[in-house]
Amino acid sequence: MREKTLIVLCIVAAILLAHNLYVILLVLPDEVAQGPIFRIIFLHVPAAWTAFLGFLAAAVASALYLVRKDLRYDAFAVAVTEVGLAFAAANLVTGMIWARIIWGIWWTWDARLTSMLVCWLLYAGYLMLRHAVEEPTQRARIAAVFSIFASVDVPIVFFSIRWWRTQHPQPVVWGGGSMDPAYWNMLFLNWVPLLLLGMVMVVIRLRQERRQRELEALRRMAHAL
Amino acid sequence: MDERNFLYMFYGFLAAWLILALYLVALVGRERRLQREMDNLRRMIEEKHREAS
Repeated sequence: MREKTLIVLCIVAAILLAHNLYVILLVLPDEVAQGPIFRIIFLHVPAAWTAFLGFLAAAVASALYLVRKDLRYDAFAVAVTEVGLAFAAANLVTGMIWARIIWGIWWTWDARLTSMLVCWLLYAGYLMLRHAVEEPTQRARIAAVFSIFASVDVPIVFFSIRWWRTQHPQPVVWGGGSMDPAYWNMLFLNWVPLLLLGMVMVVIRLRQERRQRELEALRRMAHAL
Repeated sequence: MDERNFLYMFYGFLAAWLILALYLVALVGRERRLQREMDNLRRMIEEKHREAS
Protein backbone atom coordinates (compact mmCIF):
# COMPACT_ATOMS: atom_id res chain seq x y z
CA MET A 1 0.00 0.00 0.00
CA ARG A 2 1.36 3.41 -0.92
CA GLU A 3 2.57 5.89 1.69
CA LYS A 4 -0.10 8.44 0.68
CA THR A 5 -2.94 5.93 1.22
CA LEU A 6 -1.59 5.16 4.71
CA ILE A 7 -1.44 8.86 5.57
CA VAL A 8 -5.02 9.39 4.29
CA LEU A 9 -6.23 6.41 6.39
CA CYS A 10 -4.47 7.86 9.45
CA ILE A 11 -6.05 11.29 8.91
CA VAL A 12 -9.54 9.78 8.45
CA ALA A 13 -9.06 7.69 11.62
CA ALA A 14 -7.86 10.75 13.58
CA ILE A 15 -10.84 12.88 12.45
CA LEU A 16 -13.31 10.11 13.32
CA LEU A 17 -11.65 9.53 16.69
CA ALA A 18 -11.73 13.24 17.55
CA HIS A 19 -15.41 13.43 16.56
CA ASN A 20 -16.27 10.27 18.51
CA LEU A 21 -14.36 11.44 21.57
CA TYR A 22 -16.34 14.69 21.53
CA VAL A 23 -19.66 12.78 21.32
CA ILE A 24 -18.62 10.20 23.95
CA LEU A 25 -17.41 12.76 26.50
CA LEU A 26 -19.70 15.73 25.90
CA VAL A 27 -22.86 14.67 24.06
CA LEU A 28 -23.88 11.23 25.34
CA PRO A 29 -25.55 11.24 28.77
CA ASP A 30 -24.13 9.34 31.76
CA GLU A 31 -25.34 5.77 32.18
CA VAL A 32 -27.82 5.79 35.09
CA ALA A 33 -26.32 3.02 37.24
CA GLN A 34 -22.61 3.35 36.45
CA GLY A 35 -22.03 7.05 35.75
CA PRO A 36 -19.15 8.36 33.58
CA ILE A 37 -17.05 5.17 33.88
CA PHE A 38 -19.51 3.39 31.53
CA ARG A 39 -18.00 5.41 28.65
CA ILE A 40 -14.99 3.06 28.76
CA ILE A 41 -17.21 0.60 26.88
CA PHE A 42 -16.63 2.59 23.68
CA LEU A 43 -12.95 1.60 23.75
CA HIS A 44 -13.12 -1.64 25.75
CA VAL A 45 -15.52 -3.52 23.44
CA PRO A 46 -14.29 -2.30 19.99
CA ALA A 47 -10.71 -3.05 21.12
CA ALA A 48 -11.76 -6.65 21.86
CA TRP A 49 -13.56 -6.95 18.50
CA THR A 50 -10.47 -5.66 16.66
CA ALA A 51 -8.22 -8.08 18.56
CA PHE A 52 -10.50 -11.07 17.85
CA LEU A 53 -10.71 -10.13 14.17
CA GLY A 54 -6.91 -10.04 14.06
CA PHE A 55 -6.56 -13.41 15.80
CA LEU A 56 -9.11 -15.09 13.53
CA ALA A 57 -7.46 -13.57 10.44
CA ALA A 58 -4.15 -14.96 11.73
CA ALA A 59 -5.69 -18.44 12.04
CA VAL A 60 -7.02 -18.29 8.45
CA ALA A 61 -3.66 -17.01 7.13
CA SER A 62 -1.84 -19.75 9.10
CA ALA A 63 -4.08 -22.46 7.64
CA LEU A 64 -3.48 -21.02 4.16
CA TYR A 65 0.27 -21.09 4.81
CA LEU A 66 0.12 -24.77 5.77
CA VAL A 67 -1.78 -25.54 2.55
CA ARG A 68 0.09 -23.31 0.07
CA LYS A 69 3.53 -22.93 1.75
CA ASP A 70 3.64 -19.26 0.77
CA LEU A 71 5.59 -17.12 3.26
CA ARG A 72 3.37 -14.11 2.52
CA TYR A 73 0.58 -15.80 4.51
CA ASP A 74 3.00 -16.27 7.41
CA ALA A 75 3.94 -12.57 7.21
CA PHE A 76 0.26 -11.60 7.29
CA ALA A 77 -0.39 -13.92 10.25
CA VAL A 78 2.38 -12.39 12.36
CA ALA A 79 1.34 -8.83 11.41
CA VAL A 80 -2.31 -9.25 12.41
CA THR A 81 -1.37 -11.20 15.56
CA GLU A 82 0.96 -8.47 16.81
CA VAL A 83 -1.60 -5.72 16.14
CA GLY A 84 -4.35 -7.86 17.69
CA LEU A 85 -2.21 -8.31 20.79
CA ALA A 86 -1.89 -4.52 21.22
CA PHE A 87 -5.69 -4.15 21.02
CA ALA A 88 -6.20 -7.09 23.39
CA ALA A 89 -3.87 -5.38 25.90
CA ALA A 90 -5.97 -2.20 25.59
CA ASN A 91 -9.11 -4.31 26.19
CA LEU A 92 -7.66 -6.00 29.30
CA VAL A 93 -6.35 -2.79 30.87
CA THR A 94 -9.54 -0.77 30.26
CA GLY A 95 -11.53 -3.70 31.69
CA MET A 96 -9.43 -3.71 34.86
CA ILE A 97 -9.89 0.05 35.34
CA TRP A 98 -13.64 -0.29 34.77
CA ALA A 99 -13.81 -3.22 37.23
CA ARG A 100 -12.01 -1.23 39.94
CA ILE A 101 -14.92 1.23 40.05
CA ILE A 102 -17.87 -1.08 39.39
CA TRP A 103 -16.78 -4.26 41.24
CA GLY A 104 -14.35 -2.63 43.68
CA ILE A 105 -11.53 -4.93 42.49
CA TRP A 106 -8.93 -4.77 39.71
CA TRP A 107 -9.20 -8.44 38.77
CA THR A 108 -11.18 -11.59 39.42
CA TRP A 109 -10.51 -15.07 38.07
CA ASP A 110 -13.88 -15.48 36.37
CA ALA A 111 -14.26 -17.30 33.04
CA ARG A 112 -14.33 -14.22 30.78
CA LEU A 113 -11.36 -12.42 32.32
CA THR A 114 -9.27 -15.57 32.70
CA SER A 115 -9.93 -16.82 29.15
CA MET A 116 -9.07 -13.37 27.77
CA LEU A 117 -5.82 -13.31 29.75
CA VAL A 118 -5.02 -16.84 28.52
CA CYS A 119 -5.76 -15.64 24.96
CA TRP A 120 -3.32 -12.72 25.39
CA LEU A 121 -0.65 -15.01 26.85
CA LEU A 122 -1.10 -17.55 24.03
CA TYR A 123 -0.55 -14.94 21.34
CA ALA A 124 2.36 -13.38 23.26
CA GLY A 125 3.76 -16.93 23.34
CA TYR A 126 3.22 -17.16 19.56
CA LEU A 127 5.43 -14.09 19.04
CA MET A 128 8.09 -15.43 21.45
CA LEU A 129 8.04 -18.80 19.69
CA ARG A 130 8.84 -17.08 16.39
CA HIS A 131 11.97 -15.56 17.93
CA ALA A 132 13.12 -18.99 19.07
CA VAL A 133 13.20 -20.59 15.58
CA GLU A 134 15.86 -19.38 13.10
CA GLU A 135 14.97 -21.18 9.90
CA PRO A 136 12.14 -19.24 8.12
CA THR A 137 10.09 -22.15 6.73
CA GLN A 138 10.36 -24.16 9.95
CA ARG A 139 9.42 -21.02 11.94
CA ALA A 140 6.42 -20.39 9.67
CA ARG A 141 5.20 -24.02 9.96
CA ILE A 142 5.49 -24.22 13.77
CA ALA A 143 3.99 -20.74 14.20
CA ALA A 144 1.06 -21.59 11.88
CA VAL A 145 0.19 -24.71 13.89
CA PHE A 146 0.47 -22.75 17.15
CA SER A 147 -1.70 -19.90 15.80
CA ILE A 148 -4.47 -22.34 14.78
CA PHE A 149 -4.25 -23.96 18.24
CA ALA A 150 -4.41 -20.54 19.97
CA SER A 151 -7.43 -19.45 17.89
CA VAL A 152 -9.52 -22.10 19.70
CA ASP A 153 -9.46 -19.77 22.72
CA VAL A 154 -11.15 -16.91 20.80
CA PRO A 155 -14.67 -18.47 20.73
CA ILE A 156 -14.12 -19.62 24.34
CA VAL A 157 -13.53 -15.99 25.37
CA PHE A 158 -16.55 -14.85 23.35
CA PHE A 159 -18.98 -17.46 24.65
CA SER A 160 -17.58 -17.74 28.20
CA ILE A 161 -20.21 -15.35 29.57
CA ARG A 162 -22.98 -17.56 28.18
CA TRP A 163 -21.45 -20.90 29.12
CA TRP A 164 -20.49 -20.07 32.72
CA ARG A 165 -21.80 -17.81 35.49
CA THR A 166 -19.42 -14.88 35.52
CA GLN A 167 -18.86 -11.60 37.30
CA HIS A 168 -18.53 -10.05 33.84
CA PRO A 169 -21.95 -8.84 32.57
CA GLN A 170 -23.91 -10.55 29.81
CA PRO A 171 -23.04 -9.59 26.22
CA VAL A 172 -24.66 -6.45 24.85
CA VAL A 173 -24.29 -7.86 21.32
CA TRP A 174 -26.31 -10.98 20.47
CA GLY A 175 -26.89 -11.64 24.15
CA GLY A 176 -29.02 -10.99 27.19
CA GLY A 177 -27.83 -7.42 27.77
CA SER A 178 -29.45 -4.30 26.37
CA MET A 179 -28.32 -0.79 25.63
CA ASP A 180 -29.71 2.58 24.58
CA PRO A 181 -29.63 2.98 20.73
CA ALA A 182 -27.40 6.07 21.07
CA TYR A 183 -24.81 3.99 22.93
CA TRP A 184 -25.20 1.21 20.38
CA ASN A 185 -24.46 3.51 17.46
CA MET A 186 -21.41 4.95 19.14
CA LEU A 187 -20.09 1.48 19.93
CA PHE A 188 -20.01 0.64 16.21
CA LEU A 189 -19.01 4.17 15.14
CA ASN A 190 -15.96 4.03 17.40
CA TRP A 191 -15.01 0.63 16.02
CA VAL A 192 -14.50 2.17 12.54
CA PRO A 193 -11.48 4.39 13.43
CA LEU A 194 -9.99 1.60 15.57
CA LEU A 195 -10.25 -0.75 12.59
CA LEU A 196 -8.65 1.87 10.33
CA LEU A 197 -5.84 2.34 12.84
CA GLY A 198 -5.43 -1.44 13.06
CA MET A 199 -5.27 -1.68 9.25
CA VAL A 200 -2.53 0.98 9.12
CA MET A 201 -0.57 -0.89 11.80
CA VAL A 202 -0.95 -4.20 9.92
CA VAL A 203 0.27 -2.62 6.65
CA ILE A 204 3.33 -1.11 8.40
CA ARG A 205 4.06 -4.43 10.13
CA LEU A 206 3.69 -6.33 6.82
CA ARG A 207 6.16 -3.95 5.17
CA GLN A 208 8.59 -4.69 8.00
CA GLU A 209 8.28 -8.44 7.44
CA ARG A 210 9.13 -7.89 3.76
CA ARG A 211 12.11 -5.73 4.73
CA GLN A 212 13.22 -8.34 7.24
CA ARG A 213 13.31 -10.95 4.46
CA GLU A 214 15.26 -8.57 2.20
CA LEU A 215 17.64 -7.96 5.08
CA GLU A 216 18.20 -11.69 5.56
CA ALA A 217 18.92 -12.06 1.83
CA LEU A 218 21.41 -9.16 1.99
CA ARG A 219 23.09 -10.74 5.04
CA ARG A 220 23.49 -14.01 3.16
CA MET A 221 24.94 -12.11 0.20
CA ALA A 222 27.36 -10.21 2.48
CA HIS A 223 28.53 -13.50 4.05
CA ALA A 224 29.05 -15.06 0.64
CA LEU A 225 31.32 -12.22 -0.52
CA MET B 1 -17.51 8.90 44.44
CA ASP B 2 -18.49 10.77 41.23
CA GLU B 3 -15.11 12.44 41.00
CA ARG B 4 -13.35 9.08 41.36
CA ASN B 5 -15.69 7.57 38.76
CA PHE B 6 -14.82 10.35 36.30
CA LEU B 7 -11.10 10.09 37.11
CA TYR B 8 -11.03 6.35 36.40
CA MET B 9 -12.86 6.90 33.12
CA PHE B 10 -10.06 9.31 32.21
CA TYR B 11 -7.44 6.71 33.26
CA GLY B 12 -9.18 4.12 31.09
CA PHE B 13 -9.08 6.29 27.98
CA LEU B 14 -5.50 7.34 28.73
CA ALA B 15 -4.32 3.74 29.25
CA ALA B 16 -5.93 2.47 26.03
CA TRP B 17 -4.47 5.27 23.90
CA LEU B 18 -1.09 4.99 25.62
CA ILE B 19 -0.86 1.26 24.79
CA LEU B 20 -1.76 1.85 21.14
CA ALA B 21 0.55 4.88 20.89
CA LEU B 22 3.45 2.94 22.46
CA TYR B 23 2.93 0.12 19.97
CA LEU B 24 2.90 2.63 17.09
CA VAL B 25 6.14 4.21 18.40
CA ALA B 26 7.70 0.72 18.66
CA LEU B 27 6.63 0.02 15.04
CA VAL B 28 8.20 3.25 13.79
CA GLY B 29 11.39 2.53 15.78
CA ARG B 30 11.64 -0.97 14.27
CA GLU B 31 11.06 0.48 10.78
CA ARG B 32 13.98 2.90 11.26
CA ARG B 33 16.27 0.17 12.61
CA LEU B 34 15.50 -2.10 9.65
CA GLN B 35 16.13 0.73 7.18
CA ARG B 36 19.43 1.60 8.89
CA GLU B 37 20.57 -2.05 8.86
CA MET B 38 19.65 -2.38 5.17
CA ASP B 39 21.54 0.79 4.26
CA ASN B 40 24.62 -0.41 6.18
CA LEU B 41 24.54 -3.84 4.53
CA ARG B 42 24.06 -2.37 1.05
CA ARG B 43 27.01 -0.02 1.63
CA MET B 44 29.13 -2.92 2.88
CA ILE B 45 28.25 -5.09 -0.15
CA GLU B 46 29.01 -2.21 -2.54
CA GLU B 47 32.39 -1.64 -0.86
CA LYS B 48 33.24 -5.35 -1.11
CA HIS B 49 32.26 -5.35 -4.81
CA ARG B 50 34.47 -2.29 -5.40
CA GLU B 51 37.38 -3.93 -3.57
CA ALA B 52 36.96 -7.12 -5.59
CA SER B 53 36.93 -5.27 -8.91
